Amino acid sequence: MAYLPEEIPGPQPTTEDRPFWDYCQQRELRFQRCAACRRFRHPPTPVCPHCRSFDSEWIAAPETGEVFSFSIVHHPAHPAMKGKLPYNLVVVDFPACDHARLVSNLVDVPPEEIRIGMPVTVVWETAGNGMLVPRFKKKETL
Amino acid sequence: MSDARRQACIVGVGETLYTKWGQQAYRGEWSLACEAVLKAANDAGLAVEQIDGVASYSNDSSVPWLMQQALGLPQLSFASMVWGGGGSGACGAIAHAAAAVESGQAQYVAVFRSLCQGEGHRYGQAGGYNELPHLNFMTPFGMFAPPFMVAPLVQRYIYEFGAKPEHFGEVALACRENAHRNPRAVMGGRPLTMEDYLTSRIIASPLRLYDCCLENDGACAVIVTTQERARDLKKKPIRILAAAQGGNPGWGDGALGGHNMPVDEYGAGNGKTLAKRVYEKAGVTPADVDTVQIYDHFTGLVLMTLENFGFCGRGEAGPFVAAGNIRWPHGTLPMNTSGGHLSEAYIHGLNLVVEGTRQLRGESTSQIANAEVCLVTAGLSASPLSAAILGV
Repeated sequence: MAYLPEEIPGPQPTTEDRPFWDYCQQRELRFQRCAACRRFRHPPTPVCPHCRSFDSEWIAAPETGEVFSFSIVHHPAHPAMKGKLPYNLVVVDFPACDHARLVSNLVDVPPEEIRIGMPVTVVWETAGNGMLVPRFKKKETL
Repeated sequence: MSDARRQACIVGVGETLYTKWGQQAYRGEWSLACEAVLKAANDAGLAVEQIDGVASYSNDSSVPWLMQQALGLPQLSFASMVWGGGGSGACGAIAHAAAAVESGQAQYVAVFRSLCQGEGHRYGQAGGYNELPHLNFMTPFGMFAPPFMVAPLVQRYIYEFGAKPEHFGEVALACRENAHRNPRAVMGGRPLTMEDYLTSRIIASPLRLYDCCLENDGACAVIVTTQERARDLKKKPIRILAAAQGGNPGWGDGALGGHNMPVDEYGAGNGKTLAKRVYEKAGVTPADVDTVQIYDHFTGLVLMTLENFGFCGRGEAGPFVAAGNIRWPHGTLPMNTSGGHLSEAYIHGLNLVVEGTRQLRGESTSQIANAEVCLVTAGLSASPLSAAILGV
């Protein structure tokens, strides 16, 4: 069962972010990178803000990201969340991708154990509209 | 005409009744907008027919052609809409109006904002900001409403600087105390203690209920014209020393988007470059500011704004407010003297412009003696935000 209920809207890809979501459907987390100056950017944009090239490529993210910040939500702003509180929101940072960040959820960590800097790895879950979305779990440390 | 005579100023303010969201849904945003503009014209001693420009922001639903039709304006020479949701455009609309009257595009511009969160949607509910461009990177993960979008920034601020719950609570309490003196304030007369604050329910950690602004129905408006034209009107003109939009580079929609702001600024806010510009334009420094009306959508962002606008160093706003600096009347920087968005009403920042004007006229319910310079800020956490410095 997915971390959030199926009533929560899934992504509706736009012209700019469709490649991101297309890769997600193949269980691949990739970020947009400028093909000219090789700097990452996210969310996707049509042109590189650094060198203004329109050419971009999609580069696989490292296996591990880290919790950059988070919140534990206790308020049901969406009716489907009533009775399913609290849940967490995490902002996952990928330093090696010029700090590209994703808003997501940690699927396996109790609220009181979530910490900034915690290493996490991606898991794929199905949103209500059937699309795969990237969520995260705590990285197993040996 | 000399520059001084052409300088833009605020000559009239008006507002409707402010209520909890939903209580004025029966009449709607258009009606509230009209009432606010008419009251502002009346306050100025200006014939309504002389209004020849309108400006608003946040995609206000009372579009110019409706306003011209309803108010019977013979000529609409200028109509401006500042892009974007939220109240970050409040002082931007003031800037547009000032530019219009100073350049001669219009003579009397009514800047207004009308909100009826019961007529359409509530900002605190999922779908309340359904025009945001990066919802794909937020909604599927449960980041539905502004408190959820802002909470991670405040969490990061706490992580970096060790801010304490009581620091945020002091912002809420200071605003509430001011609201008790303001008969327009929705939360006036409802006591709020630090214990109440600390024990209030968590909305999205670290944000408690009283860290979040209100959701209201109401409208307000100001009339902007030149100094020269102001001489024929009723009230003392309040000069717009500076009004501008701006924001740090690399922010984009910031907290209201994918949370990909520059790493070092994530928990700091995007107002620093704008602050520098408005101080330079106005020819004042933070030390010259007698009172501030800070955009208080969330207490944590108030602390960041105080730092961005140079009233204390980065990470120092918590101790700064805890020392009593933002309290009326004895603090060094009395803040949100009407009660602000936390306790007067959330009219997307324009009510803060109204209160700043009242302070410099000497008409505030929490008046600061001899107030001459007031900073008003609008937004923080997406670009562009905006700010204005008003002077007597």
